[in-house]
Amino acid sequence: MATDSVPTAAKRGSRQRLLRYLLRRIGQAAITLIAIVVLNFVILHLAPGDAIDVLAGEAGGAGPEYLEQMRRAYGLDQPIYVQMVQYLWNVAQLNFGFSFRNNVSVLELIMSRLPATLLLMLASILISFTAGVLLGVFAARRVNTFADNAVSVLALLCYATPLFWFGLMAIVLFTVKLGWLPGNGMYTIAASFNWFEATLDVLRHLVLPALSLALFHMAVYTRLMRASMLEVYGLDYIRTARAKGLSQRRVAFRHVLPNAILPMVTMLGLQIGALLGGAVLIETVFGWPGLGRLAFDAILQRDHNLLIGILLFGSALVIVANIVTDLVYAWLDPRIEVA
Amino acid sequence: MEGLRDFWRRYRRKTSAVIGLALLVLVLVVALFGPLIVSGDPWDMATMPFLWPGADAAYPLGSDTLGRDILTGIIHGSRVSLLIGFSATVAALGIGVTVGALAGYFRGWIDDVLMRITEIFQTVPTFLLAVVLVAIFKPSMLTIVLAISAVTWPSIARLVRAEFLSLREREFVQSCVVIGMGETRIIFRQILPNCLPPIIVMSSVMVASAILTESGLSFLGLGDPNLMSWGTMIGIGREAMRTAWYMSAIPGVAILITVLALNLVGEGLNDALNPRLKNR
Repeated sequence: MATDSVPTAAKRGSRQRLLRYLLRRIGQAAITLIAIVVLNFVILHLAPGDAIDVLAGEAGGAGPEYLEQMRRAYGLDQPIYVQMVQYLWNVAQLNFGFSFRNNVSVLELIMSRLPATLLLMLASILISFTAGVLLGVFAARRVNTFADNAVSVLALLCYATPLFWFGLMAIVLFTVKLGWLPGNGMYTIAASFNWFEATLDVLRHLVLPALSLALFHMAVYTRLMRASMLEVYGLDYIRTARAKGLSQRRVAFRHVLPNAILPMVTMLGLQIGALLGGAVLIETVFGWPGLGRLAFDAILQRDHNLLIGILLFGSALVIVANIVTDLVYAWLDPRIEVA
Repeated sequence: MEGLRDFWRRYRRKTSAVIGLALLVLVLVVALFGPLIVSGDPWDMATMPFLWPGADAAYPLGSDTLGRDILTGIIHGSRVSLLIGFSATVAALGIGVTVGALAGYFRGWIDDVLMRITEIFQTVPTFLLAVVLVAIFKPSMLTIVLAISAVTWPSIARLVRAEFLSLREREFVQSCVVIGMGETRIIFRQILPNCLPPIIVMSSVMVASAILTESGLSFLGLGDPNLMSWGTMIGIGREAMRTAWYMSAIPGVAILITVLALNLVGEGLNDALNPRLKNR
């Protein structure tokens, strides 16, 4: 995969192609995003009753004149296509509406919760990817032995475990019984820490939720990595490397692993959407103050506007992650033609 | 009959596949015949609350925070899980096969449009979309099934489309066109039966993931309020987790066994239906 000897002209050409590709991907992404916004609009309008009905239900017995007045104020008396254009226009301006329950704009709420979720997702991607790759390599080097089968069984169990249930059981074991790790929230409340202790405190709170969220994809990566390693092991250049008399370890880690790891990168992009969904459950279990917990609160409060906003924001996150993954993939593997 | 025996011979070669089938049969037996043995409403307060498993032989799995019998709940939950898992998969198959077959058979702009729609549904975080759909349309058996199928059909559509794209070029399809067979007939009677093996394999895995999704939804309080499901039971047990963790542990194990069984059966089917890949 050495690119050192590529002439600079060709390099410039490939950079231009990369840029063109990037622009086209962004164009496609914009269309997808608009379609998702329309889908959300449709869902909101198929729902029984409108936002005002829900609000009135919460407030308890508001008069019909007052309701009409509110409908006018929110543009709900307009024809449906006017409402849709209005909705699209609002979203384009990053105006996701207002959370009446929290008395804050939806965007503000989402932004305040985003860092916690990103931290959780990042940690869980790191755990699942590293552990998956290591387990996959471990199993592939001992294919069809007891150790290989044990890894397969572990992966199967992780596939079949409801993550939120694993989280609950982890709390029972590590928080309640052993008292090793905290199982609720993101930091110790009312503690006066310096920055180092505070970081350590957050990390300690992070362990259990990140691990619970990582479990499923760790199994995915393990199986993918094992299969990918076995495929690369069958290639000619590996036979050459072995014929040279290289050690098994060197062949596995220097020759097979770097090429076997490539297909894994595609999974990373796909993982984001699933992680966001999983975060709803895991953050609810662990009281983690992120987007998922916000979604759960929105369910409880019937704050549909907020719920839709989170869905929309999550979709945008997935689209961005997919573009980034494609670019990383093209950068890692020059054989891939991006054009 | 001969074919079936041959299939079984290939299926049972893999021990894990046989274990999976045995577990699945066990779950099916519990769901079908359980209510005959342990009768009663899972919502009834049958005994004293916080009864640990094994403490009272009449209630072998104990009772929950309100004294509801956990064994009765597990049995009812198995029916709910399997029913929702299978219905959601059937519904997803309906949408996915139709979309995939149309896209793969007609290609051109139909393919473009349908794949674009599929892509949209694949981009939206699936569990989050299911949560939004169930929350907005009020939780019930029907909305849960529809929501789960709404988020799972794209994978079927992609699979069926790929199969159709390659199969429609084959000679047997072309000869059907030559003899003037109608398109509906070619699609459903000629091509579709040929892509059944991968669809069957994927279906068993889809039932498994539908069961997981349902448990997540009902844990969040988005289950059908009239049905005792395993996810609901975990949610109930969560309130007393620190003292009585068995309340959440038991239904979780039930989910794990069922999902594991379906995944193992799916793998076994894959090996038995695609003999070329069996040595992988």
